[in-house]
Amino acid sequence: MSAHLLDLLLKATGETLLMTAASGLASLVFGLPIGLLLVVTSPGGVWPAPWTNRVLGTLVDAFRSVPFIILLVALIPFTRLVVGTSIGTSAAIVPLSIAAIPYYARIAEVSLREVDSGLVEAVRAMGGSRWALVREVLVPEALPSLVAGFVVTLITLIGATAIAGAIGAGGLGDLAIRYGYQRFQTEVMLAVVVVLILLVTILQKGGDALVARLDHRR
Amino acid sequence: MNVQPLHIGTAGSEPAAAAGPPVVELAGVSKRFGARAALDDVTLTVRRGEVLGIIGRSGAGKSTLIRCLNGLERPDAGEVRIEGRAISRLSERELQPMRRRIGMIFQHFNLLANSTASENVALPLKIAGIAKAERMRRAGELLDLVGLSDRGGAYPAQLSGGQKQRVGIARALAAEPALLLSDEATSALDPETTGQILELLRDINRRLGLTVALVTHEMEVVREIASRVVVLENGRVAEEGEVWRVFADPQAPITATLLRSLRPELPADLAARLTNTLGGEAVFRLDLIGDAARAPLLAELAGRFGIEARLLHGGIETIQGRPVARLFVAVSPSPAVDLAAIAAFFASRATRSDLLGHVSSSP
Ligand SMILES: Nc1ncnc2c1ncn2[C@@H]1O[C@H](COP(=O)(O)OP(=O)(O)OP(=O)(O)O)[C@@H](O)[C@H]1O
Ligand SMILES: [Mg+2]
Repeated sequence: MSAHLLDLLLKATGETLLMTAASGLASLVFGLPIGLLLVVTSPGGVWPAPWTNRVLGTLVDAFRSVPFIILLVALIPFTRLVVGTSIGTSAAIVPLSIAAIPYYARIAEVSLREVDSGLVEAVRAMGGSRWALVREVLVPEALPSLVAGFVVTLITLIGATAIAGAIGAGGLGDLAIRYGYQRFQTEVMLAVVVVLILLVTILQKGGDALVARLDHRR
Repeated sequence: MNVQPLHIGTAGSEPAAAAGPPVVELAGVSKRFGARAALDDVTLTVRRGEVLGIIGRSGAGKSTLIRCLNGLERPDAGEVRIEGRAISRLSERELQPMRRRIGMIFQHFNLLANSTASENVALPLKIAGIAKAERMRRAGELLDLVGLSDRGGAYPAQLSGGQKQRVGIARALAAEPALLLSDEATSALDPETTGQILELLRDINRRLGLTVALVTHEMEVVREIASRVVVLENGRVAEEGEVWRVFADPQAPITATLLRSLRPELPADLAARLTNTLGGEAVFRLDLIGDAARAPLLAELAGRFGIEARLLHGGIETIQGRPVARLFVAVSPSPAVDLAAIAAFFASRATRSDLLGHVSSSP
């Protein structure tokens, strides 16, 4: 492979990592609280609020039901408003985040829901406030599962960055399409696949190791 | 601390004296779930230092009752007072400081799995806003109290059931509560571990003068550590009283049913031979309490009437330091001493005496 292609590969990897990390961060910062809200406002939750729960749930599902490629295009005006342009890596971070937030919100919701209600009750019985229930019980007890779900989200995002190539986001997927597919440079395609496999494997293994360290349930 | 295994049935020590002021007062408490009354007009008082046992069939309302004491369940009617303060109408936020005065232990321990034993014990203190150094120091002391001083860094999954419940007890005591609630705290433990946990609870009750309300389906638990017992049936108080009295002489049919397994019964082969026809030997069941339980009853019968009685079955146990006996005796009335005289003699000595029937040939 030529030095030029190696350069391209490095640059594309960097772009993919940037897009994944930035939208991953967004999914954590916004998706986790939304997941928490979905759990605490549910009937029988720490803070039941049926209407909030219903509205939030509907909104989350609405965004999740739009295929990413459509979201990408539909959000162009919004993206332009936020980052000033609708093309390029930073522009792609907006639709990626908008897709990742509800995705991780639902994953986090499932993790948080699995926390034994007996633990919530025990902390309620010791005089814990609602905030204490969230901070001392729901989050720490669900933490291993929340991390595992976050790894799944990141890996899904890596895949989504390839689609973001459609709006000139760059990244590995874009490289594979432009060189590997359109210019018939099969070795570029292969190199991209190898890098993707490496990225996903490192993420997954690293995530698994972290989860194992956090999880004291057995 | 060195906890001795406890031999069920021979415990003689009494719970801490219970003449203190009321810690819990329930007046006309009712709670419905849909059409079903889980609690129906329950009135009762628990005084400082008392260990109250709550028994009843499954679904009788025991858990509902105990959960009303810390506001986890809200009654539909009636008043719950804790240390004189009405809690039934407090908001969730107003209940929080109240609940810090009340510890609770659970059947499945309910320890945070991703927190160490020390962190679990320190949690109520953290919630009460106590600084980290101080709460870890307290957690150390409490783990010491429950005999786990060397396991503070262990996670619950690394502890046995009994050890987990000790952590649960240490946690419940952390905020120095006035009242300890226990819902089936020993039901997931084997008999020996149950004995050790009861010993620990009794020790805490005596040393700290802690008031305890405990729900259990194990009658042995009540016999071992309770001073008073409440029997619930369909959400109503069917019977209530000192443990030794209720166990020795249950008044409500439900109480007798619940306690049946603890009380000696006539062996089936003997029971099968009982008839209503006079003749042969008469079989009596005698329940005796206190000094009467240890008196030489049969010798006295022989001395007084000149007839021999045979002890068929039964035993004496000690509940709250009081001997409680149930004996099955067979006597042959003689021409000089009729059955009525013997029955009158037994009735004068026993709390209850029942003529169960007659056996023709000696059993
Ligand atoms: N949250 C609830 N929703 C609906 N019904 C309930 C609820 N909690 C309790 N009940 C009902 O109230 C009644 C009393 O329940 P409770 O749990 O107090 O019984 P219990 O005496 O503790 O029984 P067990 O020995 O099986 O634990 C039962 O009929 C039960 O089905
Ligand atoms: Mg129950």
